[in-house]
Amino acid sequence: MKIISQISRQLTGIVTISCLCLTSLSLSAATELRIGLSGEVTSLDPHHLASQPNLTVARHVFESLVDVDTQNRLIPGLALSWRAIDPHTWEFKLRKGVAFHDGSPFTAQDAEFSLQRPLQLKSPSGGFAAYVRAIASIRIIDTHTLQIKTKSPYGALPEDLNSILIVSKKHAVNANTDDFDSGRAMVGTGPYQFVRYQRGDRLELSRFSGWWGTPPAHDKVTLRIVPSDPSRTAGLLAAELDMIEHVPSADIKKLSKNNQLKVIQATSWRTILLHLDQYRSPSPYITDLNGSLLSKNPLQDKRVRQALSFAINRLAITERIMEGLGMPAINFVSPPSFGYQTTLKPETFDPIAAKQLLTEAGYPNGFQLTLSGPNNRYINDDQILQAVAQFWTRVGVRTTVEALPMSTLLNKVRKEETTITLLGWGSFAADLAIRSLIATTNSEKGYGAWNWGRYSNSKVDQLMTTALSTIDRTKREALAREASILAIQDVAIIPLHHQVVSWGLRSGLSYTPRTDEFTLAQHVTIR
Amino acid sequence: MLRSPILIRISHSIITLFAMSIAVFLGVYALGNPVDLLINPQANQIERAQMITQLGLDQSLWVQYQRFLSAALHGNWGISFDSNTSAWSLIVERLPATVELALCAMCIAIIIGLPLGLIAGLHPSRWYSRLIMNGSILGFSLPTFWVGLMLIMMFSVWLGWLPSSGRGATTNTLGIPLSITTIDGLMHLILPAINLALFKLSLLVRLTKSSTTLAMLEDYVRYARAKGLTEHTIIIKHVLPNIAPPIITIIGLELGGLIAFAIVTESVFSWPGMGKLLIESINMLDRPVIVAYLMMIVSLFIAINLIVDTVLIMINPRLRKQALSLQSSLA
Amino acid sequence: MFNDEQHYLLKLYRDRVARRSGLMLLLILALALAAPIYTPQNPYDLAQLNLLDAKLPPLHHSPDGAIYWLGTDDQGRDMLSALCYGLRTSLGVGLITTLLSLSLGLLAGLVAAYSGNYIDSMLMRLVDLQLAFPAILIALILLALVGQGIDKVIIALVIVQWAYYARTVRSAALTEMRKDYITAAICAGYSPMRIVLIHILPNIIPTLLVVASAQIAQAIALEATLSFLGLGLPITAPSLGLLIANGYTYMLSGTYWISLFPGVVLLITIFIINITGDRISALLNPRLQ
Repeated sequence: MKIISQISRQLTGIVTISCLCLTSLSLSAATELRIGLSGEVTSLDPHHLASQPNLTVARHVFESLVDVDTQNRLIPGLALSWRAIDPHTWEFKLRKGVAFHDGSPFTAQDAEFSLQRPLQLKSPSGGFAAYVRAIASIRIIDTHTLQIKTKSPYGALPEDLNSILIVSKKHAVNANTDDFDSGRAMVGTGPYQFVRYQRGDRLELSRFSGWWGTPPAHDKVTLRIVPSDPSRTAGLLAAELDMIEHVPSADIKKLSKNNQLKVIQATSWRTILLHLDQYRSPSPYITDLNGSLLSKNPLQDKRVRQALSFAINRLAITERIMEGLGMPAINFVSPPSFGYQTTLKPETFDPIAAKQLLTEAGYPNGFQLTLSGPNNRYINDDQILQAVAQFWTRVGVRTTVEALPMSTLLNKVRKEETTITLLGWGSFAADLAIRSLIATTNSEKGYGAWNWGRYSNSKVDQLMTTALSTIDRTKREALAREASILAIQDVAIIPLHHQVVSWGLRSGLSYTPRTDEFTLAQHVTIR
Repeated sequence: MLRSPILIRISHSIITLFAMSIAVFLGVYALGNPVDLLINPQANQIERAQMITQLGLDQSLWVQYQRFLSAALHGNWGISFDSNTSAWSLIVERLPATVELALCAMCIAIIIGLPLGLIAGLHPSRWYSRLIMNGSILGFSLPTFWVGLMLIMMFSVWLGWLPSSGRGATTNTLGIPLSITTIDGLMHLILPAINLALFKLSLLVRLTKSSTTLAMLEDYVRYARAKGLTEHTIIIKHVLPNIAPPIITIIGLELGGLIAFAIVTESVFSWPGMGKLLIESINMLDRPVIVAYLMMIVSLFIAINLIVDTVLIMINPRLRKQALSLQSSLA
Repeated sequence: MFNDEQHYLLKLYRDRVARRSGLMLLLILALALAAPIYTPQNPYDLAQLNLLDAKLPPLHHSPDGAIYWLGTDDQGRDMLSALCYGLRTSLGVGLITTLLSLSLGLLAGLVAAYSGNYIDSMLMRLVDLQLAFPAILIALILLALVGQGIDKVIIALVIVQWAYYARTVRSAALTEMRKDYITAAICAGYSPMRIVLIHILPNIIPTLLVVASAQIAQAIALEATLSFLGLGLPITAPSLGLLIANGYTYMLSGTYWISLFPGVVLLITIFIINITGDRISALLNPRLQ
């Protein structure tokens, strides 16, 4: 009897241990995803700098009240619904049952704190303030209802709130960047939680089991920072990375042909455009073919602007330089965005018409100018500059190219030392884009902050302001379209193309390409 | 006591540090206004003005320098505009990666360069010596970034043996994260280290060769031969100990240069060191980081030189002259 | 005096290796200088480029029948022409830099050697300080400050390189000054200017040649590295370094020719310059041979 009980006890022990081993084996077959990011992450603090890389990593750990889907349409995030109860007040109903990574519940207190934090940050902050500037006051109605009053009727509040990520008040009160970078304050409601951060190298995350949404496919995520294009491609080819963002255009063909990989693309929200000096006459850097200053600024003549637009072969640029990563543009915003109009089409390539217009305007032999732009900001930016210069030189406008690091370029623009400048702009809505790009510059209201050509058209301004203060979305979109058409017909800027954003992945993975260019591990699924 | 050469050198070093700090600060100030890069596209002029005040960019040069200096003396080298953390801690964070890379490269250069140079110096007219010497010319003719690209192409893409970028897993040794202690770390380290080592290796080969040739012509070698010692013994017991000190001195003095030169290798291989940080900071106009980096490099240089000098003075002052003349014959 | 001059030039002429590599160098120089004459295209003239011809492989035909021997780059530049022009730019930058820094260093070195005392020690302190720092760092910071442009690159390179010349010139001059013929000249009452120009200068030329040959190569390599890091010459007039940098992105995708050919040409050029310099050094400093 004793022996039998002994044996049975031992057997039970063995069986239990084997069961445990088997379960732990299957559990430890954790799925890991290694992603290669293309931009430098400067800080994990989600309210510090509004850069794409920073926001990319932050969106794994934190979420915003208003989310966007892959087509840049607004969808519920941490806020289930919102509506304007009067022109100045919006009411947000928050999602219930959401927990932070430390287990504490998400309430309106955290939302209020997060919306106020950008303005309160003592450190030099990267301008999230702009997204909350319209807010006059916030009122907590109950634990899951928030009322936001705006200074004046503002239809774009939900769009703006997409950029503010919600942090845990308990952990983030008095937190500075170091607290976030070390992980102490990295407590959010997002699908992944912070494990380890090595600046300049990688961020390691693990799945948060208490997330309110559908569990993501991968337990572990490593976000590697690989800004060097060839290194990123090499990493994917060598299977060190499972996914990379921003496939270099030179490698698209090669990666597409590879059986073990695939390339997915989508039109991005970013439009590449040219700002033209339209406020100075004479324009200090436009000369005739001998080098002497032109007494009048040719860019103030609409025919000249039109000619410059006709002279550009946008298809050649998107095919040859962008390798398909571009779509010729005529709008301020890209196709799925709010306010995209289809009445006007992208300019056709017509160098003969261009020369004709130039002659009509009084410049039969053309003139000389400098085209400036960044060389480290947008996909193939310096090559786009060279190509445009090529096209213009052929119709008689001798162009010198000035490609500079973005910081130096911004400096030059501020000192008003550029004539025609390249810029890339991403926006949810056409009226928001117009407000920044071509509205008459008004520093108090924040209009035209990026209106480098100082274009000024009161009719466009009027339409834009009316649009932004319209709460009704249909009416607002119509106004936005009208403003766009007016500005485009007046050649306020020369739009080149909409960027097409790409990702490279292992064939066994699946990701729906996003218009907002974000790479989010939680949406990567295994086929 | 005041005339002690060591103290003189220390005081010189401190003066140099100060001079460099002014030069560095002034120079970087001319880089322009970094505020633009930190502002959200939607921000208005008022917010911009606020940020300028916050960053102290509206004060006069002298006032800014004073603030900078007083903060620096308290160990605060400014807050990086980009990452909002202490610029000093950013540099210090990246320091181990760069030093690790530089030291590995130096080791590779020594392990391969010294023997090769020795061989070439002992029998300068043989075919293999000439091959080595011509090879060394090739070695320092190849631009470092191009070699890096070729290395990545060959070993990472075609052969798939080694990773193409980044630093491997690290373990904390004595509180410093080192990647050389892990296999993964070693795999990531090999290519960049070889890339960085190539230039110094070639120079070391030439240096060793000329030292060896010169040494073989010296009297003491002739006497040793007359005494009947084998070539082998002569080389190991007499030549090596005589050529070693100046070479070691130069290696020491060049170490600082290697750390700075790593900028290119770090860029090609995305190695998360100080050099890469510098390039990023230049592009982002992150002034505090640029200044902190320069001061760190200057301090490193001065410290290394000081140590080498002190050691030499204590052992044999003549060696420094020897080393310097050898170094200049190579320049 | 005249004996010395013929002596080292004659030595160089007589040595086979130096003669061969010197000839190759001259050939490269000639090719580069004459580029506008024989290349099918002027790649710096935007009007001659056609974007639709971009990234064609070697031996492809252009629409008007000419052959792109080495293919085209991403802007439609004929690689062969771009190579020759790029070589011209690189060599031009190298030579101008060397001339300027040599002159500056020569002046400084001679002044230091002849003046002695505190002028000498101040100059040498400056030289030592600068030489302690790696060239790339100085050049990077300088370019970050002054901006882009071929003139600015040259300025940065000159500032980096003058110190080498200064130090070499000074020590060579000091060595010469100890010699008897200088003492004799001083006794004879010649003016300092005359002594320096007619007596000292010709005798330090061999040393200068040695340093110069190494420095030209360094200047070219440095310019290429700076272009690669994005701080060098403007993109529409690319040097070899910039061509390589442009090709960097296409490296892995099969359009190897954009990066490979400029790289090879750069390599060969620097290599030959260095071999020639090495030979000169060997011939003029026989003890180190």
